[in-house]
Amino acid sequence: MAGVIQAGGQTKSNTYTGFGPLLLLPSWLIIGFFLLLPVGMMLIYSFLTKEFRGGVIWEFSLAAYDQFLFDRGLFGDDPPKIEWTYIGIFWRSIWQAGLATVLCLLIGFPTAWFIATRSGVNKSIWLFLVTIPYWVNLLIRTISMKFLIRDTGPINEWLMAGGVISEPIHMINTAFAVQLGLFYSYLPFMVLPIYASVERYNFALSEAAADLYASRWTTLRHVILPSVKPGIVAGCILVFVPSLGAFLAPDLLGGAKNFMIGSLIEEQFKGNAGNWPFGAAASMILLSLVLIALMFYARSQRQQGHF
Amino acid sequence: MNRKLKTTVAAVALALTAGTAQAEGNLSIYHWFEYIPQELLDKFSEQHGVTVTMDTFDSNEAMLASLKAGKMGSYDVAVPGDYMVEIMAADGLLDTFESSELSNFGNIMPEWVDVGFDKGRKSSIPYQWGSTSFSVNRNDYTGDINTLAMIFDPPEEVQGKINVLDSQGEVLALASIYLGIPQCTTDRDQLKQLNELVQNAKPHWASFGSDVAKDVLVSGDASVGMIWSGFSAKAREEGANIEYAYPKEGYVVWMDNVVLLKDAPNRDNALKFMNFLLEPENAAAVTNFAQYTAGVSNTTELLDDAVKNSPESNPPAQPVGTFVMACSEEVQKVYDTIWTNLKK
Repeated sequence: MAGVIQAGGQTKSNTYTGFGPLLLLPSWLIIGFFLLLPVGMMLIYSFLTKEFRGGVIWEFSLAAYDQFLFDRGLFGDDPPKIEWTYIGIFWRSIWQAGLATVLCLLIGFPTAWFIATRSGVNKSIWLFLVTIPYWVNLLIRTISMKFLIRDTGPINEWLMAGGVISEPIHMINTAFAVQLGLFYSYLPFMVLPIYASVERYNFALSEAAADLYASRWTTLRHVILPSVKPGIVAGCILVFVPSLGAFLAPDLLGGAKNFMIGSLIEEQFKGNAGNWPFGAAASMILLSLVLIALMFYARSQRQQGHF
Repeated sequence: MNRKLKTTVAAVALALTAGTAQAEGNLSIYHWFEYIPQELLDKFSEQHGVTVTMDTFDSNEAMLASLKAGKMGSYDVAVPGDYMVEIMAADGLLDTFESSELSNFGNIMPEWVDVGFDKGRKSSIPYQWGSTSFSVNRNDYTGDINTLAMIFDPPEEVQGKINVLDSQGEVLALASIYLGIPQCTTDRDQLKQLNELVQNAKPHWASFGSDVAKDVLVSGDASVGMIWSGFSAKAREEGANIEYAYPKEGYVVWMDNVVLLKDAPNRDNALKFMNFLLEPENAAAVTNFAQYTAGVSNTTELLDDAVKNSPESNPPAQPVGTFVMACSEEVQKVYDTIWTNLKK
């Protein structure tokens, strides 16, 4: 942003005072309309009474949160115990999303580094190649992945034709397939922000570190990583958060056998359950968990004096 | 000059056609996926000068949710299954019409007029009917397949290679038929039995999927696939060596219906479309495409031989199929818990 103002060459402080608040209007409209309003509605719905087969009755109820927390047996009249079902579903999602983030980082960081250190035209070509899959809809990409890895798919057929294996490796409809789908879907979200950070990194710093007898490992840990950290953090958030709510990969690659948070919520709106308040409550709990995690992160950063 | 004149003529002609199209209006359909041939929509569009748009869904419940979430008033007709017609009528989502408003009303087969889910056809016309059972890949399994044990207590050869429809209603209905308990039972022991049955069967299931039901049979990913009759016929046509089962315990039959939605923006065109679908020729076109059975008289001679004689369209006299029931709220809650436990 600062760059834009400098490029304009006009930074008189009193130029925009009359319109300042008005100029913020688009942002407020976007935040209000696309963020606050839907989240607010969801919050309200999560405290309403469910209507049979979808819809809500406008009466206050804690039933949705109760259902999330307490197990009252098949018929709903056992003494309440802690409900592990949804905790289990959340844990599975967090684990899968976390693993996808780590894998994306392990592959994404060297990739971004490689691209950022190419010269002019090559850099653009590599970047272009990274974004190409994004021209195709996520659904199509996920289905293609399914074709590739299934028992009768090309990967298994090539391996069998080459005599590497005699029985197909069973990949489809497993947790591995879900992980592969998440990793593949969100990898560019890791590469691009890290690339942007590495691009701005001043390589003279690495030389300076080397001059001061820092090993390569020390340079990476104490010079490079702190400088490109904003890109890594942005990439991790961009991979982790959508992975957490993904339902295409679990449905298509995982065979819809085990709910993830996204498919659990989808089922409340699209499935037989038709339990909108519970779907809203699960969404609110997910949102709160993500916000709490981000707040803890921001706090730890402030304590380290990074902000 | 000449060119200018031509352009003007073209522009006027365009304006005129555009005017007509607007006068005749639109038709907005909410339909199942892969269930109506595009040529048939084009034909209707041409005959009546109506612009047709269509959205699709993959389960009755998804359709209901979408309509309830604010899509009412944007579609003219939808195509719910039997029990869903009843639910939608009870929820006040359907408009009614007089049989006199459809000149082809008399084409409806007599047995499909006074149906339980819409007595006397006040809001709906029959679209197609068929059954829900399963198909077995004959390369993988050669034994007797006409038992629901193939799904719920499968032989070793097909374990881990079974796809079931991602549809709570049909899965639990078939499970109830297998156990010999009534659908939507309120008996606690029976409900526990139902829960145990699906829990114990799940480790043998590879996947849940409705829109992929045909594909997994064609590709060979699944040796046994719960599937709708016509979808199975299509899988067979696409080269899968499969046989559609009519289990001795029974199976599910259903009828899909075109309903007139409340607050339809183009009610007249909706009725024209329903009347159009009651023409034997058009009903037969749907059957030839989707390979289910029409509820309209005089379609038989218009069918392709392959469709007419397919095993999927010609169920044996015994056993008979059963319609899926819409459960009470109390039982539905237990069903939801069973389903969540199954997929947790």
